[in-house]
Amino acid sequence: MQNSSSILEVRDLLKTFGAVVAAKDINVDISQGEIVGIIGANGAGKTCFVNMVTGYLAPTEGSIKFEGTELVGLGTRKITHAGISRSFQVSQVFHSMTVSENLMIALAIANNRGTDALSLMDTPDLRLKLDAVLKRYKLETQRDATVSALAQGVRKLLDIAMAVVSKPRILLLDEPTSGISVEEKFDFMDIVMGALKEDGVTVLFVEHDMEIVERYVSRVLAFYQGEIIADMPPKKALADKKVQEFVIGKEHHKKKK
Amino acid sequence: MFNDRTAKFLLLAALVICVGGAFAPNWIVNQFMFGFSRALAILGLMVLWRTGLVSFGHAFYFGLGAYAVAILDSKLGVSDVFLRLVAGAVVAGVAGFLIGFIMRNYRDIFFAMLNTAISMVLFGIVVKTESLGSTDGFAISASTIFGLSPETKYPLFVIITLIGLSAALAVNFYLKTTFGKLTTAIRDNEIRVEYLGFSVAHAIHLKYTISTILAGGAGALMAMSLGQVDPESMINWTVSGELVFVTILSGPGNVIAPFIGSLVFEVLRTYAFELAPQAWQLIMGATFLTIIFFLPGGIWSLIEKLGGKKNAK
Amino acid sequence: MEAALTILLDGLQFSSYLFIVSAGLTIIFGVMKILNVAHGSFYAWGAYTAAFFIGKFSDMGLPDALGFLIIVAAAIVVGVILGFIIEQGILKHMYERDEVLIVLATFGLFLVLEDIILIAFGTDPYFAYQPMALLDSVELGGITRDVYGMTLIGVAAVVAVGCWWLLNRTKWGTLLKAVIFDREMGISMGINVPLVYTLTFIGGAILGGLGGAYIAPTISVAPGLGTEVIVLSFAVVVVGGMGSIVGAAIGSLIIGILRAIAVHELPQVELFVVFAVMAIVLVFRPEGLFAPAKPRKI
Repeated sequence: MQNSSSILEVRDLLKTFGAVVAAKDINVDISQGEIVGIIGANGAGKTCFVNMVTGYLAPTEGSIKFEGTELVGLGTRKITHAGISRSFQVSQVFHSMTVSENLMIALAIANNRGTDALSLMDTPDLRLKLDAVLKRYKLETQRDATVSALAQGVRKLLDIAMAVVSKPRILLLDEPTSGISVEEKFDFMDIVMGALKEDGVTVLFVEHDMEIVERYVSRVLAFYQGEIIADMPPKKALADKKVQEFVIGKEHHKKKK
Repeated sequence: MFNDRTAKFLLLAALVICVGGAFAPNWIVNQFMFGFSRALAILGLMVLWRTGLVSFGHAFYFGLGAYAVAILDSKLGVSDVFLRLVAGAVVAGVAGFLIGFIMRNYRDIFFAMLNTAISMVLFGIVVKTESLGSTDGFAISASTIFGLSPETKYPLFVIITLIGLSAALAVNFYLKTTFGKLTTAIRDNEIRVEYLGFSVAHAIHLKYTISTILAGGAGALMAMSLGQVDPESMINWTVSGELVFVTILSGPGNVIAPFIGSLVFEVLRTYAFELAPQAWQLIMGATFLTIIFFLPGGIWSLIEKLGGKKNAK
Repeated sequence: MEAALTILLDGLQFSSYLFIVSAGLTIIFGVMKILNVAHGSFYAWGAYTAAFFIGKFSDMGLPDALGFLIIVAAAIVVGVILGFIIEQGILKHMYERDEVLIVLATFGLFLVLEDIILIAFGTDPYFAYQPMALLDSVELGGITRDVYGMTLIGVAAVVAVGCWWLLNRTKWGTLLKAVIFDREMGISMGINVPLVYTLTFIGGAILGGLGGAYIAPTISVAPGLGTEVIVLSFAVVVVGGMGSIVGAAIGSLIIGILRAIAVHELPQVELFVVFAVMAIVLVFRPEGLFAPAKPRKI
């Protein structure tokens, strides 16, 4: 379905590792401002898809266009510059530094391009931006804590906050609530999605937790064995036969983390 | 640039040392000259160490700097201290910049080993080349300053101290820029740095080049202080090992650390040789192990703990 | 033809002792992921111990043939004692730390051990030519060669076959290969990895010591032995692939023969050529020519 406001157009994506087909016939159009949930059992191809969109993996065939620009062949760095960011399933942060330092680095990289990188990093301007991010993501009390001493949930918040400071137009979150306790997950997602809404960011997130998916997305992509088996609003998706058999069925039998 | 505590301390210390040097006995002046010359190389290695990289072959650049001075002296009669210094730093820096294109894609053991291999290639060439003095090396004429030939070592000592000061201030500033802050970050998580949009390869290339310029300058200053060059004490892998030792001994916490560490090294070595020449390597090795096990942050971390009056970054 | 034969035999001899030493180094790296700089000390200690006792026995009027026994004994004693002390005393406490830091620690150990040699044996060179003199020389294809030097090639061959047999035909070898491939898997399969580590290190140390002990009768055993051999072993292990015995063999051959050619034809490049090859391999194929396959971790 061609949509004139689609900012991400994925066509006939294929990814093979030798004889293993990790992704096949992936065709998706994402519109500006959508919140999309990507669901599927482990190994169904969700993270592979995220890795290809963000440039970590090169597809074997196919094209990914972002606002008309072909992304295939650019590295993670150029794709970030183009306006697509991601967070990680296992938070990728700088563990020997504090929360503030982590965010300052992210802010500095986003703001000090080219020769600016050789000027002092710690400027009042950047500090203001830092304070704003800390507030948005409710990290103020943790600002001077060293990451290695932080709880998993705070680390994930930081991971996502770092991905957002470059003001991406598309943000991919890889299992944002994994590792976060049942009691805290909604608060966590409220903070994250609230902060993102303010910027009008298009969000795609990979999730195993169907409650989260139901609550926050407007559209669901269900993966199974490398292919998209359903592309519809959450209520329809969760009621869909194929999705129930190949995705949710497995979910209910999974042990709670 | 002069705002923080480190910079202020450096300026003060340089002043005190320069003034004190006028009254100090020759052997102390020598210790400082050798120590501060070497400290330049350690400064560069410290930047790499913070980025998680250890080079076991920086004697390549140190030796290039030293031999550049020697060759300029014997072939072209260049004796000016600044020309010599610049020559050493530039030769090493250009080599480092070129080699950096390859080096920036390596990490860990391979980074260390490739540097070793390259340094031993140079060692092999120099040792077997008569015109380069082979294993004996050769002497260097005394340095002149703006055409004047000083009678004592004092002017050279002041120049070396000031060069050390400038380098320390420059690196201190560099470490506060975005580029410079990417030392620990790269060490902690390279992938994230790339994902945030910064080229890790570029960052490493720049740091590597800086370290080679500093090592070349160090070699040039050392050659001038010693008055001679030879491959065994300037290019062999054991020299690279010494440089790494002093880097770890000093600690990565602050640009002041390399200078303290280098002085400690000089004093330690002089006394070890006087008391028990057989035991110098033993002392160095034992100290190395002690630092690795009990004081991984080096001497600087000790100073931080005890003093608390010097700023950490 | 004589020149070519001389080069070939010189090269093979040089490759042989390099192989014996490097085999130990590469096995230690393959199993424990440690690039052991102190390996040069095992070599030096083996040489000094053997030379010392060969000299002493000769002074006491004992038969020169005992020299061979001394050589083997020296290698084993050096390997077991030094290997055990180092692995249990220092390395065991560092396995969780950064691999470069461990290399630096082994460098510290190298320095310590080098000086202990000076303290224990003094700075004068030792000569222990007796075993070499015993075997006399032989005429081969128009040139005269020491029989002793040829036996070195034989010893290397025995070591090579022995390593191959150990790795491929024994249960112990299978355990070693499992740990080389993936240490975590080894632990979860119930392999006593700490024991494997200790025995591997001692075994590697014995080989290092053997290289030194066997070469002792052919050289003047003087300070600085370890320093030279360690960078050459690194070159071999880098070229051949860290962790591969086959690689160590091929690497030793390449380096050995190249060096022999250089020594005879173009002495200026003798050292240069070895490290140039090392640098070239690192640039174009960093894992070396025969590195064991590494498991893909996502």
